[in-house]
Amino acid sequence: MEKKLVVKICTGTLCYVMGGAELQVIDEYLPEDLLDKVDIKGAPCLEHCNNCDGPKAPFVEVGDKVIAEASVTKVVDAIKEALGGK
Amino acid sequence: MAVTNNAMIIRRDLLARVAKLLLEDRLVEDIDRIPVQIRPKNGDVSRCCVYKDRAMLKYKLMALLGFSIQQEDEEITPLSVYAKRALERENISEPPLTVVDDACSGCIKANYTVTNICRGCVARPCIINCPKKAIDFHSGHAEIDPKKCVNCGICQKNCPYHAIVYIPVPCEESCPVGAISKDKEGIEHIDYNKCIYCGKCIVACPFGAVMEKSHLVEVIQALKSDKKVIAMVAPAIAGQFKAPLENIISAIRKLGFDDVIEVARGANVTTTHEAQEFEEKMAEGQAFMTTSCCPCYTEAVKKHLPELSPFVSHTKTPMYYTAEIARKAYPDAKLVFIGPCLAKRYETARDPHADYMLSFEEMGAIFIAKGIDVTKCEGTILDADVFASSRGYAVSSGVASAVQKALKNHTPITPVHIDGLNKANIRELKGFVKNCPGNMVEVMACEGGCVNGCNVIANYKIATRQIKEIASSSDNRQ
Repeated sequence: MEKKLVVKICTGTLCYVMGGAELQVIDEYLPEDLLDKVDIKGAPCLEHCNNCDGPKAPFVEVGDKVIAEASVTKVVDAIKEALGGK
Repeated sequence: MAVTNNAMIIRRDLLARVAKLLLEDRLVEDIDRIPVQIRPKNGDVSRCCVYKDRAMLKYKLMALLGFSIQQEDEEITPLSVYAKRALERENISEPPLTVVDDACSGCIKANYTVTNICRGCVARPCIINCPKKAIDFHSGHAEIDPKKCVNCGICQKNCPYHAIVYIPVPCEESCPVGAISKDKEGIEHIDYNKCIYCGKCIVACPFGAVMEKSHLVEVIQALKSDKKVIAMVAPAIAGQFKAPLENIISAIRKLGFDDVIEVARGANVTTTHEAQEFEEKMAEGQAFMTTSCCPCYTEAVKKHLPELSPFVSHTKTPMYYTAEIARKAYPDAKLVFIGPCLAKRYETARDPHADYMLSFEEMGAIFIAKGIDVTKCEGTILDADVFASSRGYAVSSGVASAVQKALKNHTPITPVHIDGLNKANIRELKGFVKNCPGNMVEVMACEGGCVNGCNVIANYKIATRQIKEIASSSDNRQ
């Protein structure tokens, strides 16, 4: 079976309050053909918030790529790119 | 509402920064730096330039310090002066809302505008059919004079090219009772004789111009003092973080509260009273009864649906009973209600026992400022006296089903759910006086229930799932 692309959405409090809460339903924004190619999961604090000055939350990891100030469109685009889509 | 947009993110960023300064005793010294930190020279801008952005951030910070924008002394007065005043203030001020007038005005006066799709046709039905003669022709295109336009929409219906568009004014469109409207200068004003404090305009405004006057200063000052401070958390809290209720409650305790009481405990009392009242009213032959726990709905009855008032339950809200219990246990403490919406801020200001209100969003900002991660907090033991159904109050149909379970005399009950107040169902509610489709009407001003209040953090679908889980899993009688 093909390995799925892992998408980790930070559920730490900083990320959650700064908009990460809405990213928990990112699957609703993905086209159907991509849905079974990704494994979306909420993750405990990914520790990216400690590595920068100022609020860059919420953070999401799409494969090895870290997305700061993540929004629904940014994450969806990153997923499409990682899967080699259009 | 947990819709992610920049206006909301900016507000939360501001809240977290103010909370941090308060906690570190640097508010007066450093608050004037915040607008510059967020909008530094040569950085990104939201409006025309960094200077306008900074000025708007300053006004928003005034609201977060608890002031109306109209309380501005002079434009030149720095935030440090307001900060000092806020720290010395004895009482919270009303109304709970303020419109940042300079941030508003982005919206057009007339809702209809002619786009460049206009072909400048010979028929010109827009001009012929306009009852106010508001349309003229300029350089081959129709043009609407906003001073004459009355937003009837006849021109749009008649244009064969669909060249005329309707542009909503988001705050006005969202208000279910027509309480927000423009003055002569085009700035929105709230008519408090009509406002029901639903908070929909706060969420709707794309400029973030409608602001709540926060009690952040009062709450953090109280937490830093020697006084006892008690948190009363609304049932919707159980869905706000990706963590069990036990952990959320211990995280709130970590903010410095001496005790955290679930408002679900007061909901126990509401359920018992309301069930008894329902059975009495039905036995007396009353056609139906409505719930009374949503302060936005009871305000709507007072201001817009007076004919419904004989049918509204006299039972008090879960917050009222919780504050009563808390006051008895802690006579000298400051009581802080933590909840999901503006209407509860309005109710807090009128409650005989509660002192301040912290929204979920504000609570989240203090978590950020203190570096507390709710998901990493250890769990506490939940109050075993709280009925499972009381924890379900925050979700639409939760109140009616709690009442239904608490009936003692098997009175037949047909629940009707008004899920989110809007213009249409306010009219529908009026009709209930003559013909009600059931006998127990549950009204929640927010669609989906309190989990979808104007100040929540979590997406309401996820929050609903979490609440339903805890409301069905708690091990006790109801």
